[in-house]
Amino acid sequence: MTVLLQTAGEIARAVRAGEVKAAAVLDEALARQETVGAKVNAFTEVTTDRARGEAAAVDEAVAAGRDPGPLAGVPFAVKNLVDIAGVSTLAGSRINADDAPKAADAPLIARLNAAGGVLLGALNMGEYAYDFTGENSHYQPSRNPWDTDHMTGGSSGGSGAAVASGLVPLALGSDTNGSIRVPSAFCGLFGLKPTYGRLTRAGSFLFVAALDHLGPFARSPVDLALAYDVMQGPDPADPVCAQKPAEAISGELAKGADGLRIAVADGYFEQNAVPAALEAVAKAAKALGVDRRVTIPEAARARAAAYVITTAEAGNLHLKRLRERPLDYDGAVNERLMAGALAPANWVFQAQRFRSWYRDRVREVFKDVDVILTPATPIPAPRIGQKTMMLDGNEVPVRAHIGIYTQPISFIGLPVAVAPVHGLGPLPFGVQVIAPAWREDLALRVAAELERSGVASAPVAPL
Amino acid sequence: MADKPFDAEAYVEAAAAAVELPIPEQLKAGVVEQMRATHRLAQVVMAQPLDDTVEAAPVFRA
Repeated sequence: MTVLLQTAGEIARAVRAGEVKAAAVLDEALARQETVGAKVNAFTEVTTDRARGEAAAVDEAVAAGRDPGPLAGVPFAVKNLVDIAGVSTLAGSRINADDAPKAADAPLIARLNAAGGVLLGALNMGEYAYDFTGENSHYQPSRNPWDTDHMTGGSSGGSGAAVASGLVPLALGSDTNGSIRVPSAFCGLFGLKPTYGRLTRAGSFLFVAALDHLGPFARSPVDLALAYDVMQGPDPADPVCAQKPAEAISGELAKGADGLRIAVADGYFEQNAVPAALEAVAKAAKALGVDRRVTIPEAARARAAAYVITTAEAGNLHLKRLRERPLDYDGAVNERLMAGALAPANWVFQAQRFRSWYRDRVREVFKDVDVILTPATPIPAPRIGQKTMMLDGNEVPVRAHIGIYTQPISFIGLPVAVAPVHGLGPLPFGVQVIAPAWREDLALRVAAELERSGVASAPVAPL
Repeated sequence: MADKPFDAEAYVEAAAAAVELPIPEQLKAGVVEQMRATHRLAQVVMAQPLDDTVEAAPVFRA
């Protein structure tokens, strides 16, 4: 196995020990771009020169006996809505390509760099993140490494494609209604959507500020924790970012699921899914010795409220561009943004008030359990371009259906790890491991237990 | 309940004028369809009774 295809933690260990140079890891990553990159269309920009400088700095630190950091020499890449100095922040759009290159990196890139990470570039995404498919009419779809005729899921499609194809072991994405969790499930990866307000979103082109999160993709829960730990901490530049000191959790994962009260969500989270999506949850529950079930109340209404807030807030954010350049948008996006820009305030305020009400109901559920399991998506990755699918004998629209299980959870900002389950069909599935607010440690402990048990895994796709 | 069914087309035309959003002809049918979908989901949200004490969460703290 090449060094590049190992986990971020193993790469960093080898670099810190002087067994391999960061420059050599980078050479492997650049070579893999040539052989695999075009097959999955994950990157929109490869920052080769910058990466060489960062890798050299890590190697100098090792040579001088300084600690290069816990991500020493680990190549990573970011969804192209995260600012990279010297690069225009596309947010998946053609319109933003006219923007000047950014003067500075987003804080999360700076924090990953400070830990020794080597930025390899910017990743493809659905336009302005209003997307569950990973399709993009301007930059072409990112492609699922497990079958390149299929969607990666979105909107962080390039993030899923890059990690599952072994281009990088670590990527950043964003999640408003499921955009980390859907591509994690479709591409068979571990993903972490932290608590709303945990990681700073400063220096990112937001979609729906009221719902937006940033978080990592990786091929192991340990790597998620490594990246998450170095990215935490307050940031006055993001008004939502909590004024909390970092709460490192890497040391917690070895505890596994010991002592945790875990349950499977029933009702809404068992409906409208293909059998294998539910089988993935059943396998996880069996491995954890879980037979308890809980009901998350009013999940369908929560999804509806998330939809209303999303369309209205995004419509307002884009109003000027919709007036001036409506036809420069992706055709899958402009009509939805326009309708959102016209939504009455009454709907939005009701949805925000319902959000408080629903959060309180779900807090009640978490008095009796520590972690809740649900499917991440009701279906595996559809084919690229697929518009509808058959489910329980009914034809349902693919795009609207993909996020039914993710939206009610991010709506109230709960932390979620996705544990990927392979072997239930030609394409992978994902299990949402949902914890109470600010308890990312619990979600990742259970994800780590599922990895140890062999139920969850995230191998590099053979390409 | 409303006396008349929601007329998405008329609403889009009136609201677009109110927020000064010109809608290109080729997008109009799609915008109306999206507004119809949003209205349908908004009715689900509006149907939830909420006490006067339930505050909105525009800057939400989990």
